[in-house]
Amino acid sequence: MSINLQALSAQLLVGLINGSFYALLSLGLAVIFGMLNIINFAHGALYMMGAFCAYFLLNGLGLNYWFALIIAPVAVGIFGMILERTMLKWLTGLDHLYGLLLTFGLALIIQGVFQNYFGSSGLPYAIPDQLRGGMNLGFMFLPIYRGWVVIFSLVVCLLTWYLIERTRLGAYLRAATENPTLVRAFGINVPRMITLTYGLGVGLAALAGVLSAPINQVRPLMGTDLIIVVFAVVVIGGMGSIMGSIITGFTLGIVEGLTKYFYPEASNTVVFVLMVLVLLVKPAGLTGRAT
Amino acid sequence: MSRKIAALLLGSAMAFAVAGTAFAGDKVVKIGVLNDQSGLYADLAGPGSVIAAQMAIEDSGLTKKGWKIDVISGDHQNKPDVGVNIARQWIDVDKVDVIADVPTSSVALAVNNLVKEKNSILLDSGAGTSDLTNSQCSPNTIHWTYDTYMLAHGTGSALTKSGGNTWFFLTADYAFGAALERDTTNAVVAAGGKVVGGVKHPLNTSDFSSFLLQAQASKAKVIGLANAGGDTVNAIKQASEFGIVSGGQKLAGLLMFISDIHSLGLQTAKGLNLTATFYWDHNDGTRAFSKRFQERMKTKAMPTMVQAGVYSSLIHYFKTLDKLGENPHDGAKVIAAMKEIPTDDPLFGKGKIEPNGRTIHDAYLFEVKSPSESKGPWDYYKLVTTIPADEAFTPLDKSTCPLLKK
Repeated sequence: MSINLQALSAQLLVGLINGSFYALLSLGLAVIFGMLNIINFAHGALYMMGAFCAYFLLNGLGLNYWFALIIAPVAVGIFGMILERTMLKWLTGLDHLYGLLLTFGLALIIQGVFQNYFGSSGLPYAIPDQLRGGMNLGFMFLPIYRGWVVIFSLVVCLLTWYLIERTRLGAYLRAATENPTLVRAFGINVPRMITLTYGLGVGLAALAGVLSAPINQVRPLMGTDLIIVVFAVVVIGGMGSIMGSIITGFTLGIVEGLTKYFYPEASNTVVFVLMVLVLLVKPAGLTGRAT
Repeated sequence: MSRKIAALLLGSAMAFAVAGTAFAGDKVVKIGVLNDQSGLYADLAGPGSVIAAQMAIEDSGLTKKGWKIDVISGDHQNKPDVGVNIARQWIDVDKVDVIADVPTSSVALAVNNLVKEKNSILLDSGAGTSDLTNSQCSPNTIHWTYDTYMLAHGTGSALTKSGGNTWFFLTADYAFGAALERDTTNAVVAAGGKVVGGVKHPLNTSDFSSFLLQAQASKAKVIGLANAGGDTVNAIKQASEFGIVSGGQKLAGLLMFISDIHSLGLQTAKGLNLTATFYWDHNDGTRAFSKRFQERMKTKAMPTMVQAGVYSSLIHYFKTLDKLGENPHDGAKVIAAMKEIPTDDPLFGKGKIEPNGRTIHDAYLFEVKSPSESKGPWDYYKLVTTIPADEAFTPLDKSTCPLLKK
């Protein structure tokens, strides 16, 4: 097979775009797992809710994409916090399996409700006027919106990383995960912090949903298609590792893009093949520490 | 102990008695609607097909004549193994007489084999592959609504003749995509065109950008989308994002349903050509049916041609049962009787069922309206040409169906 350099660089860029979604979603999962020890299977459904939220804001209240970018993560984040307060918090200290089953059930219910009212083929959401059109990069035609997605998600990912790894608030959080009793003894409201963290993770999922609404159809099942891949990303990156999931997200997007070019039939399995390989060689994930 | 044995014997005797009644000729019918109830094909078939089946029962008038007709439904999740398991359970345990709809060609081909083995009935509306009435044809199957040959000869020939003489395919990587690509290639070549390349993508792909870039680089005049449902919708939406249409290449959605157009919005879908055998706003008969259908749909959607086909095929089936006077519970016998009666209903008009199991009726080449042409929700198509029934489908002398060589 002759390798066409132009086509190859185009595929790399396209892979990077998909990678931004993987990174944003796996980041949310990593935050939730790292801080709450919950395997959040409802992440895909919450991502979908973010996209629907954008759709409702536009068609119900006439609020455009830019408002949705702020309102949807907050609204869905609040929904997430309610879930945490009413259901997830009772699972503290129990085996991971309980959290997984509960969130998986929640995902099925949420998706089922949306499907009942909106069918499965989805609703259109237009690209905002400011980001329409594209640039000719010489090797490819880059839609401006896609370029925006890459840059925006990279910024959000790095901000989240900074928040958790470099600020005082992040330090409290990490300490609370290590030893909640001790942190409480310092007068810090640990349950509230946990709720807020879950809200943050969920908000990231909803943000990814808003970003993807103009690219994909706003569909009840848009999350199910993604969530399994995103879990693979988290496993490869190392469960709970913030930087690990960001880097793995972008990398896997690129790997997938290359597969689509060289052997498209395998493009939806390549991530899992990689996951198996990583688990065999480094069971804690690429950046994870074995405990 | 002896009491236990007696009870067992009595129990099994009763079981046989119950089973026995279902085998003799009677007026009991059970329909199983087997399709994708929740995935990417759920809007084009799904719960809407079940509603169509119920409407067919009501409209047949058989229940007033003392018939007892039930509908059950199942979700095959677009997986052949799941579909065959449900069908086997329905035929063996639930005594289902007819399996209806079955979109997703890979599932339809698998169920087709099972139904033949069990001498049951498959009235397929949703699947596309023309193999169902060619190499895989069966005395127990009727393929009702459309097939890949019809789509290829409608959209494929029309676009090639109007100047789109080089093609690149984006093909869904399973039985249906392969059949559609094969049949369209034949139609394109026959019309004087050439296929310059193609790429196969996995079923249910959300991101088409890689594939679209390859299609763009091919410089083909037409990009043929040999896929369906959500895949087609995503491909078209993303193609406009990558400037494919404004760059001068034309998109050909080879199989498009009205649910897909609704999902895309006219702004993105305008100008697309598509071939279909049913459109709700075609005449008074289709409008009357569709309005009734829409009222019963939770999503308030108009019927797709697949859902209309479920209705129409069952209406014809009930007409045949009425003529037979009873349900013989013998698949091949009922199918043979169905082939003897010409088809005629308000949805698909007059037609007939060929010996290979293919229902032929008129097909239509439509163009999607622009937002300014559309008068309201679901007003999406304008008619370009009508393709007469005998030209729309595989001619009998070209069918490779073994049933024809007697």
